[in-house]
Amino acid sequence: MTVFVIRRFLQSIAVLAVTAIIVFIGVYAIGDPAEMLIAPDASAAERAQVVASLGLDKPLWEQFGTFIWNALHGDLGRSFVFNRPSITLILERLPATLELTLFGLCLALIIGIPLGLISGLNPNTATDEVIMTGSILGFSLPSFWQGMMLIMIFSVWLGWLPSTGRGQVGELLGIHSSLFTLDGLKHLILPAINLSLFKVSLVIRLTRTGVRETMPLDFVKFARAKGLSENRIVFVHVFKNILIPLITVIGLELGSMLAFAVVTETIFAWPGIGKLLIDSIMRLDRPVVVAYLLVIVSLFIFINFVVDVLYSLVDPRVRIGEAS
Amino acid sequence: MTPVLDVRNLSTQFMTRRGVLKAVDDVSFTVGQREIVGLVGESGSGKSITGFSILGLVDPPGRVVSGQILFNGQDLLKMPPAAMRTIRGKRIAMIFQDPMMTLNPVLSVGTQMIETVQAHDRVSHTEARQRSRDALGLVGIPSPEERLDSYPHQFSGGMRQRVAIAIALLHRPDLIIADEPTTALDVTIQSQILFEIKRLATEFGMALIWISHDLGVVAALADRVMVMYAGRIVEAGQVDGVLTEPRHPYTSGLLSAIPAAVPRGEPLRPIPGFAPSPLSRPSGCAFRDRCVRATEICSTEPALEIAAGREFRCFHPHVERAA
Repeated sequence: MTVFVIRRFLQSIAVLAVTAIIVFIGVYAIGDPAEMLIAPDASAAERAQVVASLGLDKPLWEQFGTFIWNALHGDLGRSFVFNRPSITLILERLPATLELTLFGLCLALIIGIPLGLISGLNPNTATDEVIMTGSILGFSLPSFWQGMMLIMIFSVWLGWLPSTGRGQVGELLGIHSSLFTLDGLKHLILPAINLSLFKVSLVIRLTRTGVRETMPLDFVKFARAKGLSENRIVFVHVFKNILIPLITVIGLELGSMLAFAVVTETIFAWPGIGKLLIDSIMRLDRPVVVAYLLVIVSLFIFINFVVDVLYSLVDPRVRIGEAS
Repeated sequence: MTPVLDVRNLSTQFMTRRGVLKAVDDVSFTVGQREIVGLVGESGSGKSITGFSILGLVDPPGRVVSGQILFNGQDLLKMPPAAMRTIRGKRIAMIFQDPMMTLNPVLSVGTQMIETVQAHDRVSHTEARQRSRDALGLVGIPSPEERLDSYPHQFSGGMRQRVAIAIALLHRPDLIIADEPTTALDVTIQSQILFEIKRLATEFGMALIWISHDLGVVAALADRVMVMYAGRIVEAGQVDGVLTEPRHPYTSGLLSAIPAAVPRGEPLRPIPGFAPSPLSRPSGCAFRDRCVRATEICSTEPALEIAAGREFRCFHPHVERAA
């Protein structure tokens, strides 16, 4: 296990380094932030001064060198627009996105797994057809449209839930989250549903496929021959086998949910990092974009690591493979 | 002495899109107490489905359509599912063909044994574990205490089959149905497993139905043998009699297709043709298309003849050597 963690850590550093290079060059190629930041009527001298103060007059490799040097000291640069450290800006908004994503993911699992089980255990019945058709809708309706419909139905027509913004934030055991207040929850529900609808469909289909693949296997029949109850067979024997593909996909999806919560955050004016990213790209606020991508990549790496650990907990064959 | 199992006119069919598939067709037989019965036939002859029918484990679209399965006098087919579950694994246990597939890969061997104990007896985890450990020891698995915490992939095929046997033995059932349990194993392991099962069956006074396509194995193990062809039992009797003086041409065909039984240098005589598709079996004797002795009359159904402890369905049986 220790060897595994160390190897993983070294790999992660390599991935981060490569990402940093690609992102930095990519962002450099997008355009010149000076055009956006400096008033059109500024004099050439003022212009040169601003460019010099931001370090934009130096060649790419020197800018990159400075960035890396500072990054190693924990400084990912200051936002051109806000003139505050970009990492602070991101960390301020990260909790809102994390909260939205994790809540959405839980919804996807809580709704998706039972429906997938029902579907898989009763294949080709009316119930199965209804669930499957519903999941096709979840897959195919565009997320932004779903979001607008949710607002229209629950905020405009029924007036049950607020349509925009993050609600009151409560505190429990030192964690700040809108999960702990009623107002916060009310604000959270619609965007979380919007974010999770696609994932619900995915989880339903994964679970259903898993059940359908596992049920005909010999060990299920053997479990029946042992006289086990149907509950024990489904929830222990079959479910533990389904968990393996489920964890893989959920891990990947969690990363993409975090990174691409942008659409949902824009529709519901959720003050998360997605919105910050869009704004920063529009303003060519390089340090924020670079810092954002690095944070997301780190999160991806972390999630993958957690997935691998979960794997070894669920699947004994993986566990032993590492030890040898 | 009443038989442990008395199967009467059992028919199991699969309702498929292409028609009704008669996997088991009007099969009757008994298994006496402590008796070892071999059930022999080609792939697709219905021998495994017969086993699954007894335990009520035929998967849809298959279904037992008629007959009686009297187990200690009780008809299993009339039993509600909950009651049937208390029989399965407790009074009748089953061992499957492929030991690589019968154990759940993500649960430890201990878990899979303890759950079997606790599915039928209200005992503490500690006691269930102890019984599981004893069962592992019984089937010759070294250091059973540690092996309980191992996972199936840490065992070899032979060892996994021993685990499966240990699971079958946990409740000392009256009857074990073994569905080709040695087919997937090496020859050396095969004979060890055979020996173990025979020893344990005798030791605990269990009856055994041994499903196999291997006549050699059955000869070494069983008291009585039943030969199945196309869903029916075509010949049944004491092992010695059936295998040395077969009456049914199919049985003799099977015997002369065994490499070891034919003198060196002489060609093997395989049975010509293939077993008929279970969807379109010929009327009358299903074997007649492949049978050298077949005549007109074989297109009608041969009745079951019973003579001198021997049962067979054939119009043109081989004559007894003594006669």
